[in-house]
Amino acid sequence: MATTSAEYIQHHLQNLTFGKLPAGYQRADGSIVEEATWTLARTSSEAADMGFMAVHVDTLGWSIFMGLIFLGLFRFVAKRATVDTPSGLQNFVEIVVEFVQGIVKDTFHGRNPLIAPLALTIFVWIFLMNSLKWIPVDYIPGIGMALGLDYFKIVPTTDPNATFGMSIAVFALIIYYSIKIKGVGGFTRELTLTPFNHWALIPFNLFLEVLGLLTKPLSLALRLFGNMYAGEVVFILIALLPFYVQWVLNVPWAIFHILVIPLQAFIFMVLTVVYLSAAHEDNH
Amino acid sequence: MNINLTLFGQTIAFAIFIWFTMKFVWPPVTRAMQERQKKIAEGLDAAGRAQRDLSLAQEKATQTLRETKEQAAQILEQANKSANLIIEEAKEQARSEGERLIAAAKAEIEQEMNRAKDQLRAQVAALAVKGAEQILESEVDSAAHSELVNKLASQL
Repeated sequence: MATTSAEYIQHHLQNLTFGKLPAGYQRADGSIVEEATWTLARTSSEAADMGFMAVHVDTLGWSIFMGLIFLGLFRFVAKRATVDTPSGLQNFVEIVVEFVQGIVKDTFHGRNPLIAPLALTIFVWIFLMNSLKWIPVDYIPGIGMALGLDYFKIVPTTDPNATFGMSIAVFALIIYYSIKIKGVGGFTRELTLTPFNHWALIPFNLFLEVLGLLTKPLSLALRLFGNMYAGEVVFILIALLPFYVQWVLNVPWAIFHILVIPLQAFIFMVLTVVYLSAAHEDNH
Repeated sequence: MNINLTLFGQTIAFAIFIWFTMKFVWPPVTRAMQERQKKIAEGLDAAGRAQRDLSLAQEKATQTLRETKEQAAQILEQANKSANLIIEEAKEQARSEGERLIAAAKAEIEQEMNRAKDQLRAQVAALAVKGAEQILESEVDSAAHSELVNKLASQL
């Protein structure tokens, strides 16, 4: 366990990283890696030195686990969905589905069978991943420690890899549908001839439009990551207080997250639908 | 905080989740919801129709009731009328019968009276003759006086 506050915070913000250490690398305990090996990072600097060829096992594991809970629950209901009076669980699922359907219907004006399921996936999945924040910050890392894992950060949305991973998928869909609906020519025209329809201003237009395009995934990912990361840091800071006063701050902050957690999931979903709706509109 | 392969892992997982939702979660749930919506709409429709039918039937029932009442009243009126007529007729008959009876009785009485008068007259004549005989103490020639006596009798 870390000793100083700074170390404690740093420890709690470090993902469990499985990556490739280059040959001749000196590990934290002084030993030297003979040849390039895939291994779990023992320290933050090791994780950083692994570079791009590494995987956050905790992020991926928990996000996939949450995704499987979502799919399992919804598939369970979908298989047994009855037209007659629905049971409690089906009612719940239908409320969620209807909610998402309403948002998509209001925001998205094209016809695309992908959008609504996409929005549902985003909303429920991000909600589940965010909701892991309600688990006290020391519980899971403590269990990990007992199992011999040095780091364990369970909230996937506090890892920029997770949020960017999702926003990159959304970005890919934006590009795909822009080209599919407007054609290569139409999309190029949109990028070069708006907002100023003059050949001399093409570079300026291109700069503006590409910036606008790139802002979309960036804002999606950073908003979710920023909110969750900041909230997590505050939870960790509260955890540094003596245990008998923690609840004074911990409880209000957790209650506040009843608002933040669904809200961030909701914003990610709505913005995705809005961006894809814009990608489907050929009105330039 | 390092950006690494997790990025792609997450993207792939996301894509698979979306595909699964689109294929196996969204369609059955929304289909069930749609079908229920349709069913409810049909049910409401049927209820509305039934209500309309009910009000129609009620209207018809009240109309029939009214007609029946009217008919009953008519029948009653007619019955009253014919009863009155019958009574009237019976009264008339009784009256005429009575009158007839009275007339017959009167006629009989008249007859009886006349007969009695005739008898009385004859007796009176005989009595008168006998009285006269006794008064005169002599034989009265009844033949000679019968004319006189008859004249006397008819004056009674």
